[in-house]
Amino acid sequence: MIIEIGHFALILAFVLSVLQSVVPVWGAVKGDRRLMAVAPPVAGMQFLLVGIAFAALMQAYMVSDFSVLNVVENSHSAKPTLYKITGVWGNHEGSLLLWVLILVLFGALVAAFGRNIPMELKAATLGVQGWVTAAFLLFMLATSNPFLRLSPAPMEGNDLNPILQDVGLAIHPPLLYVGYVGFSIVFSFAIAALILGRVDAAWARWVRPWTLLAWMFLTLGIAMGSYWAYYELGWGGYWFWDPVENASFMPWLAGTALLHSAIVMEKRGALKVWTVLLAILTFSLSLLGTFLVRSGVLTSVHAFATDPARGTFILGILVLFIGGSLALYAWRAPMLKQGGLFAPISREGALVLNNLLLTVATASVLVGTLYPLVLEVLTGEKISVGPPFFNLTFGPLMIPLLMAIPFGPFLAWKRGDLAAVGQRLYVVAGLALVAILVSAWWHGTQQILAALGVGLAVWVICGAAAEILSRARFGDVGLSTGLARLAGLPRSAWGTAFGHAGMGLTLLGIVAVSAFQEEKVLTIRPGDSVEIADYTLNFSGLAHRTGPNYVDDVGHFDILRDGRQVAVADPAKRLYTARQMPTTEAGIVTFGLSQIYVSIGEVHADGGADIRLYHKPLVTLIWIGCLVMSFGGVLSLLDRRLRVGAPKPARRKVAAAGQGGD
Amino acid sequence: MRILRQLILALAMLAAALPAAYAVAPDEVLDDPVLEHRARELSAELRCMVCQNQSIDDSDAPLAKDLRILVRERLVAGDTNEQVVDFLVARYGEFVLLKPRLSVQTLVLWGLAPLALLIGMAVLYRGARKRRGTAPVAASGATRLSEDEQAELDRILTRDKQV
Repeated sequence: MIIEIGHFALILAFVLSVLQSVVPVWGAVKGDRRLMAVAPPVAGMQFLLVGIAFAALMQAYMVSDFSVLNVVENSHSAKPTLYKITGVWGNHEGSLLLWVLILVLFGALVAAFGRNIPMELKAATLGVQGWVTAAFLLFMLATSNPFLRLSPAPMEGNDLNPILQDVGLAIHPPLLYVGYVGFSIVFSFAIAALILGRVDAAWARWVRPWTLLAWMFLTLGIAMGSYWAYYELGWGGYWFWDPVENASFMPWLAGTALLHSAIVMEKRGALKVWTVLLAILTFSLSLLGTFLVRSGVLTSVHAFATDPARGTFILGILVLFIGGSLALYAWRAPMLKQGGLFAPISREGALVLNNLLLTVATASVLVGTLYPLVLEVLTGEKISVGPPFFNLTFGPLMIPLLMAIPFGPFLAWKRGDLAAVGQRLYVVAGLALVAILVSAWWHGTQQILAALGVGLAVWVICGAAAEILSRARFGDVGLSTGLARLAGLPRSAWGTAFGHAGMGLTLLGIVAVSAFQEEKVLTIRPGDSVEIADYTLNFSGLAHRTGPNYVDDVGHFDILRDGRQVAVADPAKRLYTARQMPTTEAGIVTFGLSQIYVSIGEVHADGGADIRLYHKPLVTLIWIGCLVMSFGGVLSLLDRRLRVGAPKPARRKVAAAGQGGD
Repeated sequence: MRILRQLILALAMLAAALPAAYAVAPDEVLDDPVLEHRARELSAELRCMVCQNQSIDDSDAPLAKDLRILVRERLVAGDTNEQVVDFLVARYGEFVLLKPRLSVQTLVLWGLAPLALLIGMAVLYRGARKRRGTAPVAASGATRLSEDEQAELDRILTRDKQV
């Protein structure tokens, strides 16, 4: 019964989304307030209905209702409760339902909190959001319905893919989807602006916070996914340039570009037409990612859907939305007024450079991801595009981008003075040089490129700090006034600094692990010990253990430093009984920012095991950097100027305290 | 040229996330550290064909193991890196390479990003030259307010006066 209510709610939501697609847009074009007023309540209602559908499916998972096909295929009565909940979105149908839930959530958020948005813009935006919702709900109801019944109901389900039985599944997809799908609202804003033929100050003011919100979640989602792969897949890598990873990375790159171009548009009224295009492209890449993952055109760890009917349907949605929006753009964009002139060397110029490099980087990831598919379809020829390709094409684009980061916030709007900025950055350059020398001295000159990488990271991190410190002007005004000035800085200035510093931290982690990691591959027997970095690991043997739905062999290592025990590691080789599928549970111990990583391979009859042992220096910075970046996003979002629905204009006094720019 | 290529490669490795992950089993490791190092470098660029986007260096699959051993056998027999790669391509096709070779078929793949960068720079350069005539301080074209916005503005202004 509950399942039928959920099914019915989903159908009702579809009907409402069709209504929302037509009525408010018509009202916005004709200037009819009554029609426009339909949008907010309908958007709220859709969220409620899809929420009911989602709750119904979750209930079926909780009670292991095996009369529901989706539950049979992806659940098992012995599965721990947490994985029964997360199992709801650990499959094609359920994850689409989560996708749509977030889509309508964003519509409802705009309806609820967008009181300051001009009425036409709001109605048209919600209308466009309705188009996307209608398309995906139709897709679900037609090809991917999670509410199908099965008769007779089997006694037991097939269990969830063991790799997905992890807290990672509780956090990673929801975060990722909020990011991914969050860009839909920015897309809807852009299309609404094109329909109304107006990109004005209100539009600019509204796009940035929504972009920022989606971007933050996407950053966290990608970082979480990366850490999940790192500890779960058992070979210690954190980024594989897998097409599914690329599918989420491309919207992130484009979204980062959008975030920066939106600043120019908001502050200076320039780059309007380009920002609208980026908004369209960013969500198009989200849609493309959904297509790649959901259609099953890729066969990779993440793709749990393989059905050509679905693929064709999603491809249809993709072509319709991307083609349609780009056509609309080509038709309407020339009517939008450009504004805000600036010299090449200026804050705007720096942000344009950022956009150029990020867009080209996106293109390089896009071509690398799609090329093998397209080539195979066109010629039947199969090629592989893997990490070496991306390192060669994507990598070099990041170097000038990272080098330019510290300059950007120092440059004045309209026309900047590069030499003057250089002078203010010479201390930072000095610090970077010291970092290069120390690193080269420590690790030897063969690692000179790694040393340069460390220098680049220090340059980015200290550059961010320098910008904040220079705004305080401790040298001119003394300590207490300086501190007061720091406290009075606009939060968006702090946001920029944290965002950039986070990027630097991630880079530092990547460089350190790539260049300075130690690795050992060996067979170890009980009583043996092995040394890595400054640590000694004593292996005391393997124990057999039985979990709720798996059995595993757990190895036990005592980790010693200077003869004293400092930690233990218990890596395991696990077998999930329902699917007879083995997984590796790595033993990871964190020391400061570095980690020791042990994973077990082959287990021998004599109680010994093949192990892979790594010392990964500063590896945690990769993810800490992402957290810091997202924290920067939070700060920016809390800025008074951006606060959603802030009733009063920004306090002039505070803004004036920030040096010139803000 | 070789040095330049190595430099670019190394820089690229610095900047991009390089998966540092190995599935090599202890019994496969060669005694000669130089040969072993070459074997590892080669393995990272070869695809495990039955896997999902993994190099033979990362994969636990039996085929990957066979290929790792094969690569090491060729190296011990005295092959250069290029000869090993050619041997594997002759046997398994271009599919085995994670970094496709430049050819007519992969021209777009390799050329697109540099081309996009050049076009982008050209567009920006032209835009900057066009703008040089006008003073950069010129105010941006003021956008007209809609009736709603004007009403809202009036409302806010009068409210502030009352306070």
